[in-house]
Amino acid sequence: MTPYEVAAAVVDPELRVVTIEELGILRSVEVTDGTAVATITPTYSGCPAMDLIRSEVTAALRRAGWQRVEVVTQLSPPWTTDWITESGRAKLAAAGIAPPGPARTVALGMPRREPPAAPACPRCGAQATGEVSRFGSTPCKSLWRCDRCGEPFEHVKAF
Amino acid sequence: MTGTAPVTTTFEEVLGLGDDALIAAQRLSEWCARAPEMEEDIALANIALDQLGAARLLLTYAGELEGAGRDEDALAYLRDDREFRNVLLVELPNGDFAVTMAKLLFLAACQVHRYRALAEGPDERLAGIAAKAVKECTYHLEHAALWTVRLGDGTEESHARMQRAVDEIWPYTHELCEPVVDPDPRPPFGLAAPGHAGAARSDAATAASGDGAVRPTRADPQLRAAWLATVEPVLAEATLTIPPDGAYLPRGGRQGLHTEHLSYLLAEMQVLHRAHPGARW
Repeated sequence: MTPYEVAAAVVDPELRVVTIEELGILRSVEVTDGTAVATITPTYSGCPAMDLIRSEVTAALRRAGWQRVEVVTQLSPPWTTDWITESGRAKLAAAGIAPPGPARTVALGMPRREPPAAPACPRCGAQATGEVSRFGSTPCKSLWRCDRCGEPFEHVKAF
Repeated sequence: MTGTAPVTTTFEEVLGLGDDALIAAQRLSEWCARAPEMEEDIALANIALDQLGAARLLLTYAGELEGAGRDEDALAYLRDDREFRNVLLVELPNGDFAVTMAKLLFLAACQVHRYRALAEGPDERLAGIAAKAVKECTYHLEHAALWTVRLGDGTEESHARMQRAVDEIWPYTHELCEPVVDPDPRPPFGLAAPGHAGAARSDAATAASGDGAVRPTRADPQLRAAWLATVEPVLAEATLTIPPDGAYLPRGGRQGLHTEHLSYLLAEMQVLHRAHPGARW
């Protein structure tokens, strides 16, 4: 396995059904003078999982035989949910977490008046769902409820 | 825009931005386990976490610009109130839920404009931090706007309390919209430390102090206009009245002259680190 493949297999500590590659937070892994340098990007500025991701990437590369490992955090360009891969979206949906729609461009000046586009219920597929709260159990998710089956579910909000 | 203009970002500028975010985060986190409903508890904790995340990035960068070996922890935990450079608005107590939402609405509206400008600025490091933060603050702004409308255009009681909150916080929004580093630093209210360059000035700003006359705002006109364009439609939809700008324009946070509320906040925020330097778990 290449060092990139090793790092790409690391599972996200909070969304444990997807890898950090599928989530779009692994930017690259390059080998420089025998050191494996992995570059990652945070989803949100305050994402508390970053330290854990950093240590898990380091541990995975060490287990794969890389003695010298460096994990670099890069902010720019900022992470967007558009970087979540198709396989990542399918896995989220299968786990009952509605994947995000296309990220909106940040319209400056005016707070959004209309409610965000409703995700389909990941359990029964109904389109009629309602937002319960724009903030969920992790910074990247909001809380929704299906109008048909009545089940609450989480949604990775377009960001 | 990249790599051409020289980067002239100063320690003081980044420190002011970082302190705004840090103190806002600390205040908002006081709602944890106390919010009116579970969803709101989680929302406020999330917003606090976003602010804390931006604060950590900004304070780390500020420490590097200063070049004195201070990291984010040294700046957050080992400074006294006079060394903090946040605006007064963020240190004010949470009050009732309406006051918290008024503070968040006004702060997020300012941060959105400020971060957007920095995201397009010549300092790539700061632009990277700001480009992330502006996306997060947009969510904060929307959240506060939704509540402001819901409370303002709600019951007689909620309307009255939201209006009272706006009236109470409004005077602090002038300082909020001032440049982070005042290009023409003058002391607040005409008071100056001996030897301060502003001590000898006797312009409108200082002459008016104490007599109740209208003191001119020192808000950045461009930022203030953009901020008003964001805030006014929300207040209008909320059926709230924008208070007149009176003589009371509290300021001084950027100069380290704070309300007493900051000292209590810092005591709680810093006690563990000061009692157990370098504590880890």
